[in-house]
Amino acid sequence: MISLALKSALAALAVNEAVVTDFAARGFHFDVTVAPDAVEAAAEILNLEGFFLEAITGVDWLADGQMEVVYDYNHSTTPGRVVIRARVSRATPELPTVSAIYPGALWHERETHDFFGIVFLRHPDLSPLLLPEDADFHPLRKDYTP
Amino acid sequence: MSVLASSDCKETFVLNLGPQHPATHGVLRVKLTMDGEYIRHAEPVLGYIHRMHEKMGENRTWAQFMPNTGRLDYLSALSYNHGYVLAVERAAGIAVPERAEYIRVITVELNRISSHLVWFGAFILDLGGFTPLLYAFDDREIILDLLQAVTGSRLTYCYFRFGGVYNDIEPDFITGTLAFIKRLRERMPMYHNLVTKNIILIKRLKDIGFVPAEMCRKYGATGPVLRGAGVGYDVRRAEPYSVYPELDFDIPTYPEGDCMARYMVRLDEIEQSMRIIEQACAKLPDGPVMAEKAPKIIKPAKGDYYAAVEAARGSFGVRLVSDGTTTPYRLKLRSPSYSNLSLFGEASRGMLLPDALALMGSLDLVIPEIDR
Amino acid sequence: MNLHSEPIRLLAFLVGIIAFAALNAAYLVWLERKVAGHVQRRIGPKEVGPFGLLQPLVDGIKLMTKQVLIPDNIDPILFRLAPPLLLIPAVMSFVTIPFSETLVARDINLGLLMIFAFASINVLGILLGGWGSNNKYAVIAAARGVSQNVAYEIPMLITVITMVMITHTLNLNEIVRQQGGGIFNWYIFRWSANPLMLISFLIFFTCSLAETNRAPFDLGEAESELVAGYHTEYSGMGFGIFFMGEYANIVIGCSLATILFLGGWQCPFGLWPGVHWFLIKLYILIFTVILIRWTFPRTTIYGLLNLSWKVLIPFALFNLILTGAMIKIWPMIFP
Repeated sequence: MISLALKSALAALAVNEAVVTDFAARGFHFDVTVAPDAVEAAAEILNLEGFFLEAITGVDWLADGQMEVVYDYNHSTTPGRVVIRARVSRATPELPTVSAIYPGALWHERETHDFFGIVFLRHPDLSPLLLPEDADFHPLRKDYTP
Repeated sequence: MSVLASSDCKETFVLNLGPQHPATHGVLRVKLTMDGEYIRHAEPVLGYIHRMHEKMGENRTWAQFMPNTGRLDYLSALSYNHGYVLAVERAAGIAVPERAEYIRVITVELNRISSHLVWFGAFILDLGGFTPLLYAFDDREIILDLLQAVTGSRLTYCYFRFGGVYNDIEPDFITGTLAFIKRLRERMPMYHNLVTKNIILIKRLKDIGFVPAEMCRKYGATGPVLRGAGVGYDVRRAEPYSVYPELDFDIPTYPEGDCMARYMVRLDEIEQSMRIIEQACAKLPDGPVMAEKAPKIIKPAKGDYYAAVEAARGSFGVRLVSDGTTTPYRLKLRSPSYSNLSLFGEASRGMLLPDALALMGSLDLVIPEIDR
Repeated sequence: MNLHSEPIRLLAFLVGIIAFAALNAAYLVWLERKVAGHVQRRIGPKEVGPFGLLQPLVDGIKLMTKQVLIPDNIDPILFRLAPPLLLIPAVMSFVTIPFSETLVARDINLGLLMIFAFASINVLGILLGGWGSNNKYAVIAAARGVSQNVAYEIPMLITVITMVMITHTLNLNEIVRQQGGGIFNWYIFRWSANPLMLISFLIFFTCSLAETNRAPFDLGEAESELVAGYHTEYSGMGFGIFFMGEYANIVIGCSLATILFLGGWQCPFGLWPGVHWFLIKLYILIFTVILIRWTFPRTTIYGLLNLSWKVLIPFALFNLILTGAMIKIWPMIFP
């Protein structure tokens, strides 16, 4: 389970209220939305607590003019899923990479860049991973037309 | 033997392992920078069978996406079915009858055994032993026949439905399953005698290809790779779903973190899966296999949902974002091999080519699931 | 027609040896596939002819009619030179093999030396094939093949030297003749000459497996690592010749083991010596070689070299010293 200290540390980074979610209904325990430049700080906190990064993905909120980056963290010995979200504007979708803390994020961020065009600053190599190497389109954007 | 040859030697060359190569079991390509037979740098190149399942999901209804989940991992397709139905059932609040849950567990565990058997054969094939593959396939054939009778397909299953399973099992299936378990119980000691105790195999696996627990954590590796590093993380126990809490099974862990540990974890998991199936067959209740109140048209409430299952290769997660319509707004598939492969570059540094291939085999990669 | 006239004799043996080598290559593939099939609970080839016996024939036709693809950027001379360099020394080695007391092409006094002289040429075929193909897998395989052959030639030759010290001759027919009169006169059981004879045989047999690139030492063509090793770029009959050479080498290795240790054409109980005994022993050994291939995984290159330098060579050297001591010191104590 997620310790109180961790909850308050993460809640300090939250832009709006951090939510303790009902696991049975949602599938995760703790949901925090942070500012885009705070994802590294959040990753650092979770890294110290021994969490691992399950996945990074994006969601395109076309109507709001925003894109959301979702980080799924989990713990292998004291299970507790923490979801960190950050919203960036669709015009300049940029936020820092967490790959310096979690090298596993290298591929997840590259994949998110492939699909959404979200730029992870200071990422060493954002060339397409799953898409063809000359791909210049981002298929999971809602306004993408093939 | 992870000692680099003299480090001031600058004569390296690039070896393209794949996309067509006997050891990659699919269209994976690894760009190896080699110093003689030592690997300086390994970079997996993905995407050769990328099919954009996640985009497909946004263009079809919740139910129409079901067959896609069976095409992620062709060796344990039912686990992927299971992950997806769990996520949608969680989102739409559908309860599943108990009989259906037991049937799900039995079929998923059978599928896990068949997946591990294929891995067993293919892994030894990577190490140059041809024969175990055919023995493993001999056993797997029975599982495929059993599952075919229930699900109607042999490889890319689409058996589960939101609120249950597609059709009920017959008594034949239970007797056939129990007979198969009896047969496999007798054959497991043979596998251990012929393969596990082989001196060449031990020499090739023991102390080769270390993947310590910390590396697993940094890269998000799960499943047998993590359990082979001594961490007893199993989604079936960590986040109990279906009827797993009612069943008694162990989570095999080996602390060594080498290829042998991962090999032993998988073979032990076959035994544990057999235990689970036996218990589930004994406890199998009567009743419907489909929730009566399951809606025909699924419209989950707005919000996002996550569900994870323990697939044969690790934790498979589905993240759904629903906007309250009949199609998913966003559907993210978190596949275990993707994370497991991402550590290959770091783990293989300084290894010899044959050892690196043993390491790659021990990660149990299924390429369609990585590329999605 | 006078069979004893020299040119006719030469011609007959030339045809015979080439036919024997080719037939062996073809039917050992069949045997290999049959054994593999039965080891793996299948039945192996069965469609072409009874028991699939015509399979090698159609395989041969297929190989010969296939287009020979020669990639660009190869070394044209070395690439074409490599397959014959592998096959011809193997065939040449048959010249001195005594199939029976009289059935031997050339009964020369340096038979054993000649076989080893030719055997060390065939590694050149592997090296040139790998180098000439201009393919990274092939080059790695060639490098492996050479280091493997160098490493295993040493314990093999040391073992052969101990045999020569015991037999006092390099003439293969003479060596067989010394083993007449029953199974306990075979050198493998001649423990009065050297109590470690059985180990000598095992060293020799292991080395000949490694010399002929057979599993579990088939690192030169480890297909899960190096695709097809040094013959990756060869197609059609180029590949076929590599294949023939490989099987001819197996036959040579097993023939030598038969001659040196198992009494060649001698009968186990001293009756009716002849070519049939030689062939029976030879094919039992070959069968063992095939069985080993289908039941063992492959070693790694460093595992292989460690085995040679750290186990086989010290044992072989110890054996050599022991044999010398037995020959010189034994008669002094028990004159």
